[in-house]
Amino acid sequence: MTPTDTLRFATRAATGYPLRTFLMVLAMSIGVAAVVVLTALGDGARRYVVNEFSALGSNLIIVLPGRSETGGFNPANAITGTPRDLTVEDAQAITRAPAVLRTAPITIGTSEATYSGKLRDVTVVGATADYLKLRRMELAQGRFFSAEESNGTTAVAVIGTKIQSELFGVEPAIGRVLRVGDRRFRIIGVLAQSGQGLGMNADEVVILPVAAAQAMFNTNTLFRILVEARGRAAIEPARAQTLEILKTRHDGEEDVTVITQDAVLATFDRILGTLTYGVAGIAAISLAVAGILVMNVMLVAVTQRTGEIGLLKALGAPGATIRNAFLAEAALLSATGAIVGYALGQAGAFALRAAFPVLPAYPPDWAVIAALATALITGLLFGVMPARRAARLDPVRALSKR
Amino acid sequence: MPLIELTGIERVFTLGDSAVHALHALDLSLEAGEYVAIMGPSGSGKSTLLNLIGLLDRPDAGTYRFEDRDVTTLSADEQARVRRERIGFVFQSFHLVPRLTAAENIALPLMLAGIEPAERALRVKQALADFGLADRAGHRPDQLSGGQRQRVAIARATIMRPALILADEPTGNLDRATGEEVMRLLEVLNHNGVTLVVVTHDGALGARARRQISMEDGSKVKDSR
Ligand SMILES: Nc1ncnc2c1ncn2[C@@H]1O[C@H](COP(=O)(O)OP(=O)(O)OP(=O)(O)O)[C@@H](O)[C@H]1O
Ligand SMILES: [Mg+2]
Repeated sequence: MTPTDTLRFATRAATGYPLRTFLMVLAMSIGVAAVVVLTALGDGARRYVVNEFSALGSNLIIVLPGRSETGGFNPANAITGTPRDLTVEDAQAITRAPAVLRTAPITIGTSEATYSGKLRDVTVVGATADYLKLRRMELAQGRFFSAEESNGTTAVAVIGTKIQSELFGVEPAIGRVLRVGDRRFRIIGVLAQSGQGLGMNADEVVILPVAAAQAMFNTNTLFRILVEARGRAAIEPARAQTLEILKTRHDGEEDVTVITQDAVLATFDRILGTLTYGVAGIAAISLAVAGILVMNVMLVAVTQRTGEIGLLKALGAPGATIRNAFLAEAALLSATGAIVGYALGQAGAFALRAAFPVLPAYPPDWAVIAALATALITGLLFGVMPARRAARLDPVRALSKR
Repeated sequence: MPLIELTGIERVFTLGDSAVHALHALDLSLEAGEYVAIMGPSGSGKSTLLNLIGLLDRPDAGTYRFEDRDVTTLSADEQARVRRERIGFVFQSFHLVPRLTAAENIALPLMLAGIEPAERALRVKQALADFGLADRAGHRPDQLSGGQRQRVAIARATIMRPALILADEPTGNLDRATGEEVMRLLEVLNHNGVTLVVVTHDGALGARARRQISMEDGSKVKDSR
């Protein structure tokens, strides 16, 4: 029998028993759909977190004061006591490193902002001219600090959209004078809406020149220095150079922590990736169950069609032909189930995206391929036993059964 | 040279402790083109003999030469090939595949033999016409009468132009008139040179054959030749 005929024969057999075929396709498709939807969910969560971090700006290195836990207990630190603070001069020194494109020293505090009697708690960020570019932020109106403004203590401010709408309403904010704490700042820019990032809502901040903010909080230390490397490949050299510069400037002591965004991302990526695999594994169990169902249904089919198998033998079909016909049928049913399940899964993922627009719930390619392959392989594998049983039937006994 | 030569055939079925000698010390020789009726009471071994001749079953002892070749030693697949190319079966219960149309049922042996769809269609069309089924080509078995079903089965048995047709009670499920008609079709085939072996209970039907063989308890008790 030619492969085409085998396939056609199997198709006729599958369509000849619609209920059985429907149930089998249903079982298989539920398994595949479960894998597709659940991995879409898991991978969507992973991508959501990764995107959130990427929103911080790319090729980012974060310098924080103090030796981090990751290095373990360092006796040198114990002797010298408190670590040295980070300063604006540190940031300027880092900017000169070859692998570094720009830096943004920041200081953070909270204060109250008032404008014509309206008062609001705000997060005050002290920053320099490069902050905007480094954070990939956009302005809705006005301009950001110039280099001169950010180096001095010029009383200018850039505000978040929410501050603008709450304190100024529809009035233009540019050029107005805003009171922050007991100081007065002329507003020169309004940030475009951007949402969450770096643990604070960028729409609710007031950005001041770093020196002005330090003066306001009566400090000359920094909260962080954000460093942008010249490219992806430059992240590692930039990290090393940053560390080297700060070590030199801090009398040979490594009293800062340098985190690359990549490292943070990689950790999250790993955790959520593992989660996705776990979920995929659980969903795969339903595929195995579907495989067992395929086997039972095919065994029933062999019993049901014993007379037909006897006839085929009498007509001179060798065992292999009968085996192939039943295998083709199992493969056909699982393939159909896999395709239907894939469509259902994609529909489910689409529904997820519609219900939760922030979640990029797309099933990863590997999951789709794995689900389809598993469906086909389990279908075939579990189809082998019934097919062999059919091929081995004794023709006389098979014929006598009706 | 006989078409079929059975010598010293034994077929024993064991049911639990007891052994049933379905065939015992059986010798039989059939020439090509013969028309033979096998008769005898129920349980006498007629079907067992027919299954042996049709290579659906193997003897426990003895030799079977088909077309001057020892076929008892052939592998299952080699025997399948002999069935496919040289032997046609007609059963009491027709054994049509219920989901396939008359034409598809008739085409089954051609499909199993790997014959091109175009030639298949041609030969099936011819067979449908020969057996008066031209207007029933697309009907499924449950849409056919008993006589029509058996005609489809005979068309299927002959589509490969076999040397031998084996029919086990071919009229058993048919009324007298329809049975007569089916027998006439088989006899026409025999007339055209096909060896025909019919198992029957019916003495009148058996009498139509040129040679009658009577079985009893697994042995040949009478042979009209
Ligand atoms: N598979 C089997 N297992 C056990 N015994 C069997 C088997 N097939 C046939 N027999 C026995 O062998 C003997 C001959 O059976 P067979 O079917 O050849 O009889 P038959 O002449 O065709 O009878 P009938 O006219 O009723 O069809 C019977 O006693 C039967 O019970
Ligand atoms: Mg019988």
